[in-house]
Amino acid sequence: MKYAYYPGCSLHSTAKEYDLSTREVAKALGIELIEIPDWICCGATPAHITMHLLSLALPVKNIIKARAMGSYEIVTCCAACFSRLKTANYFMRTDDEHRQKVEQIVGEPYKGEVKVRHFLDVLVNDFGLKNLKGNLVKELKGLKVACYYGCLLTRPPEITELDDLEDPHLIDDLMRTIGVEPVQWPYKTECCGASFSLTKTDIVLKLSCDILQMAYDEGAQAIVVACPLCQSNLDLRQSTINKKYKKDFNLPIFYFTQLIGLALGIDGKKLGLDKHIVPPAALLGEKDKLAKI
Amino acid sequence: MKWFISHETIRSPFLKTLEKDCGEKISHCYQCGKCSAGCPISYQMDYLPNQIIRMVQLGMEEQVLSSKTIWLCASCLTCTSRCPRQINVAEIMDYLRRRAYTKHMTPPGEIEVPLFNKIFLRNIELHGRLFELGLIGMFNLLSGKFFKDVALAPRMFLKRKIGLFPHKINNSKEVKEIFKKSGKLGRARRDKLWQPKLLFLNLSRKLIERIERLK
Repeated sequence: MKYAYYPGCSLHSTAKEYDLSTREVAKALGIELIEIPDWICCGATPAHITMHLLSLALPVKNIIKARAMGSYEIVTCCAACFSRLKTANYFMRTDDEHRQKVEQIVGEPYKGEVKVRHFLDVLVNDFGLKNLKGNLVKELKGLKVACYYGCLLTRPPEITELDDLEDPHLIDDLMRTIGVEPVQWPYKTECCGASFSLTKTDIVLKLSCDILQMAYDEGAQAIVVACPLCQSNLDLRQSTINKKYKKDFNLPIFYFTQLIGLALGIDGKKLGLDKHIVPPAALLGEKDKLAKI
Repeated sequence: MKWFISHETIRSPFLKTLEKDCGEKISHCYQCGKCSAGCPISYQMDYLPNQIIRMVQLGMEEQVLSSKTIWLCASCLTCTSRCPRQINVAEIMDYLRRRAYTKHMTPPGEIEVPLFNKIFLRNIELHGRLFELGLIGMFNLLSGKFFKDVALAPRMFLKRKIGLFPHKINNSKEVKEIFKKSGKLGRARRDKLWQPKLLFLNLSRKLIERIERLK
């Protein structure tokens, strides 16, 4: 299995551990991820708020780069990049007026034929849960997690085409496969405030606090995410939330790839488990003696 | 709040231009309020999302474009995916923000989001990929909150989660070209980052806020 890999800006800085663990898991499972050479930012939220055409042209430029590699499927891990690439593809397929303008900007014809996939989708639907189970070195028994999907993985459904809109289950399925028990909780697709992390921090603190509280109340020992912005809001701002709302949360926030990596017997350091702000060592050390962090 | 809606307002072309520009049938909205019920940030808004839609239907362009609501939308798309009339509410919020920005109608209390967007995009235009430290530094400097999140910085550096230098790519010219062309084609407003007037306004606003808090 060969894919063009679009990491996105976050995975090269604040979410380095997501990049590290994705590459490790892919290597261990024999999935080949080739990074798109000279990829550029997808524009994220600021682009579609400020200039509509730019928010389509930037992702299309990246997709064209991937097409030039001879690969017809792009894999990305960041939920925001995934959403932007998918949205651009949707516009290029369905809206002639926008397509002509974007083609003029990027200087190449493109009709939205390159497929954009999320790594979750690749693991569950291409590689398969049965196959994954066969590759496991050990099961992470006794760990209870809340799987948190956030906004952009499933919304809007006609564009992302990934999972159930209100009750997604891809991360839950993966977690069950590696022996982790996902809790049932209602905040799977709530918003953490994402792009307001810098501008409207108060909103982010409140929304993230609600999410942490719900996960804690349902008995989760950690939260598993698939989006770098969710992770940084819940992990990096957890101490501020504790201070502001007088809470005592100590919930490590994992990327799904990190836990899969552990189950595949990959060393914790290689998966970037030392990069978390809320240290996961105590939780994993209790459950799993092999994870030396 | 009571409003007098004049004949001209109701007959204004606002609704029609909006429907044409973003291809959404806003006149289909029957005010069920599902968008506002699901909105995670409605508790901070001055008008609820369904009220904004109603105001658009009534042609109240000025009130809509100078509302706080449009700048508080987090683009989480909950409203879009739940609308029973298939109206892309989040896209309408995007459209309204773009329109308010080009028309210089941002409310004075909501400068952070447009400023952040501007800095973010200039950052990408310059480096091709996001340079976080530059973004945060520039935002703190221009918004007048110099020491925001400084306490988090040491941990970020120690964990090597934030780089001191921008990423280098070989095609920065290509990126600049995309920005230039899309700005021209979309007739977008693209002004300079360093505006002494704006900087002064932000700083004095922060000062007044602080004085008021002391009282």
